[in-house]
Amino acid sequence: MRIGPFLLRRLLLSFFVLIGISVLIFVIARIVPGDPARMALGPRAPQEVVDRLRKEMYLDKSIPEQYFYWIKGVVQGDFGKSLYSKRDVSADIMEYLPATLELAFLSAIFMVIFAIILGVLAARYRDTWVDTVIRTMSYLGVAIPAFVVAVLFLLLFGYVWPILPVIGRYSAWIVPPSPVTGFAGLDSLFAGNFSAFWDSFKHLLLPAFALALGSIFQEARITRSAMVDNMNKDFLAAERGYGIPERVIMFKYLLKPSLIPTVSVMGLDIASLMGNAFLVELIFNWPGISRYGINAMLNKDLNAISAVIIIFGLIFVVVNIIVDLIVAYLDPRIRLSGARGS
Amino acid sequence: MEPLLEVQNLHVWYRVYGGYSKVLNGVNFLVNKGERVGLVGEAGCGKTTTMKTILRILPDQVSKIAQGKILFNGQDILQMNGNALQRIRSQGIAMIFQDPTAALNPVFTVGEQLSDVIRFSLRSIAQRKVEKKSIKQVAMQALKDVSMPDQERILGTYPIQLSGGMRQRVCISMAITTKRELLIADEPGTSLDVTIQDQILRLLHELVKQQNTSIILITHSLGVAREMTDRIYVMYAGTMVETAKADELFANPLHPYTLGLLASVPKLTGGGIAKGIPGRLPDYRNPPPGCRFSPRCPRAMPVCEFSPPPFFDVGYEHKVACYLFQESRND
Amino acid sequence: MTASSQTQAPILPHHFHKPSVIVRFRENLRKSWFKYSRNKLSVIGLVVVLLVVLTAIFAPLVSPYPQHASAFVDFENAGQPPSLRNLLGTDVFGRDILSRIFFAFRGALLMSIVVLAIAVPIGVLLGLIAGYYKNTWIDTLIMRTTDVFLAIPPIILALAIASVLTPNLMNSMIAVTVMWWPWYTRLVYGMASSCRNEYFVIAAELTGASKAHILFREILPNCLSPVFTKMALDVGWVILISASLSFVGLGEQPPTPALGQMVSDGARYMPDLWWYAVFPGLAIVIVILGFNLMGDGLRDMLEQRMG
Repeated sequence: MRIGPFLLRRLLLSFFVLIGISVLIFVIARIVPGDPARMALGPRAPQEVVDRLRKEMYLDKSIPEQYFYWIKGVVQGDFGKSLYSKRDVSADIMEYLPATLELAFLSAIFMVIFAIILGVLAARYRDTWVDTVIRTMSYLGVAIPAFVVAVLFLLLFGYVWPILPVIGRYSAWIVPPSPVTGFAGLDSLFAGNFSAFWDSFKHLLLPAFALALGSIFQEARITRSAMVDNMNKDFLAAERGYGIPERVIMFKYLLKPSLIPTVSVMGLDIASLMGNAFLVELIFNWPGISRYGINAMLNKDLNAISAVIIIFGLIFVVVNIIVDLIVAYLDPRIRLSGARGS
Repeated sequence: MEPLLEVQNLHVWYRVYGGYSKVLNGVNFLVNKGERVGLVGEAGCGKTTTMKTILRILPDQVSKIAQGKILFNGQDILQMNGNALQRIRSQGIAMIFQDPTAALNPVFTVGEQLSDVIRFSLRSIAQRKVEKKSIKQVAMQALKDVSMPDQERILGTYPIQLSGGMRQRVCISMAITTKRELLIADEPGTSLDVTIQDQILRLLHELVKQQNTSIILITHSLGVAREMTDRIYVMYAGTMVETAKADELFANPLHPYTLGLLASVPKLTGGGIAKGIPGRLPDYRNPPPGCRFSPRCPRAMPVCEFSPPPFFDVGYEHKVACYLFQESRND
Repeated sequence: MTASSQTQAPILPHHFHKPSVIVRFRENLRKSWFKYSRNKLSVIGLVVVLLVVLTAIFAPLVSPYPQHASAFVDFENAGQPPSLRNLLGTDVFGRDILSRIFFAFRGALLMSIVVLAIAVPIGVLLGLIAGYYKNTWIDTLIMRTTDVFLAIPPIILALAIASVLTPNLMNSMIAVTVMWWPWYTRLVYGMASSCRNEYFVIAAELTGASKAHILFREILPNCLSPVFTKMALDVGWVILISASLSFVGLGEQPPTPALGQMVSDGARYMPDLWWYAVFPGLAIVIVILGFNLMGDGLRDMLEQRMG
């Protein structure tokens, strides 16, 4: 497959984006009013201790040098110490990130599956009540912030009709498996602890749905309109005319080209999903990176803030490469022109 | 001669904003077994709509078959259920589209599309389970039949990697791979340049001769129609206005529209710019109630504006839908 | 023969016949309204937007308890469910939630106006320049910078910027503005770079028109309709981001009411004071929905004319 050059070009582009993000974060961290070392140690620390820390943080060097030392650390996974938790930021990240990734991953899966199913249904039963419901929900889905969905879910499924747990990652009576990967699902499976696995899965459901809900209907709408557009294309008429059965037309020849726009916007949707995870985690008391990040932000813990943003930028870049690869797989036009271009 | 396809009084409407666009207005035509029929008329007169209706591949959310019959081997296609229709499409009739680029699915390889056409044209489920290898053999043969070189490689390519002429050949190979009784060729190659178009037409000519299939050739080139077909239908604004044997039509064109059409052919021998037909196609949302050509007709009579003329037989298998020839029927 | 068949399509590129968006808007106001109002949802959106704007402007007049919009405490009436006295109930300090929502609209709308008033001109200008100088280092510099900004989830970038500054309305405006311009740059870039090769731009270049003339008088008018549409939609988005900022405590500070802040405060008293979080949440949904529907209507109105 001539996917190699395409991938290479894409990786190169992503590399520059990551460099850009690091510069941007560095700039943001440096526009903070006041002396970062003084802020870290508090107003009553003796001046020589502050000076020592300034030296440790390379604050006595020129700005480009500061950036160089900082980025050198970042590449090695060293984001410095958190002023707030007094630990290595990287250790904090390793502890909190898996829970967030777990949530975002399940939520992305919900998004993909339900968006496609609902999109196909809306296209198949277009101009009936099914279509109308999905269209109405897509209007609402755009307008409703994930954290409001989370609040409503909390009220509805947590209290009014308590069918699912709404707080935390495990129920109180579950002994959590020892963290190996940090992912609740994987850890409990490794430990052979199926009740813990089931329990953690139930805890994941509501937050993941709250996160995905808005995007599901928008993506379904995109899938639907792409399918309806393609239904009138000559190639479908031709394939139908050559005697290919309706079911093969629908799920093969119509679905594949219609998924291209859906998948293309999915990258952006996953980015906003990661951002929204920040707020939804707060409501469901999810022990992910957002509580850590928000605390860092409220305490001006610059090392932690930078690390969190870098991680999110990295995730965004990786997700977009994956999305581009899927789009390239679906659409040979992109793959082939990409190969020719390099 | 035995009739193969008979279209009777076909009316097809498109849904448009605020009503219907009445595109086909009582189309009648006949294709006999083994006959090569030409269909000529200006763009937008309903040729492609008629053909898509025959295969029932008009998008049903925008179109409506108001009335009519389409008899294929005596059975009405418009009344058929899914399975019977499937059989017609996979074994009875195949259509070659005007624009090969639009007619090939851009996200599947040529091989994938061709194999599916072959697989689903096999009659039984058991036959469909034939090894992939033999389907591939058939596909390669189909490409060979349309004079494509390097079939193995072509099967693995996507439509965008092929030239327009090659794409058209691929389309033709899909239509001829299982020997069907009737081939509909909708201006094959019109979107390609003239030399390629010529090659495509020659290829089609050869294939039809070899396989002894019936063909409906839609074209706006009267020359091509004369050369390649036995009989010609002239269509205007959703109705057939004249039909005759190819030679008869050129020797003795009768309908004012046919005359106009012949006069608008530029002559290579010089003589200035050809005379066109003044005016344009009627508004299908609100078409003239009588003869649809009457607003443009230099010889229109009062009767033409009120009732659409039926076919009048003028002898020699020549029929004209024009009141000017009403008398000749009575002879 | 119909009369229309006589008129010949002119051979000039269609841009020559198009007066600027603003002129067309005035000329065809009635026609525009017809197109806009064809979709009933757009009309509903417009009504919602007007209501929200009016309540925000006249908040002191229309609120049942205007004094509740600041540090007001009435423990006797704390945590009252919705009733005739307090239509949407009261919060833990006994303040009327409806009144606080009305006042919160002010901050939200002010934020949208300020953010868009700064971010849109900057974004459009950069997009025009990058598009006009396509494939030069200027294009590369601007568009790669844009990519960087677009590669971080907007909420997180805004949170980060707001956090390093002192949390208040002013700084959250700055934070959101910083991350908002790239969307307009990307939007205008695409259109400007395709306009660049049109005959009317080449013609202007040949007649020796200044760069400023080409950018602002030739290219810009052709890019405006989608920008207007996006602005209408973006009012909703800015409100969403500002609600998110105040949700985590990085926006408007108490006692000034903000929608996000009310939701997050209320979520702590779930489920007993459910109205505390739910009604401000629904207020956010209604405002954003209103602006989105209005944006859709504007798109129907402006973009169909382009065809």
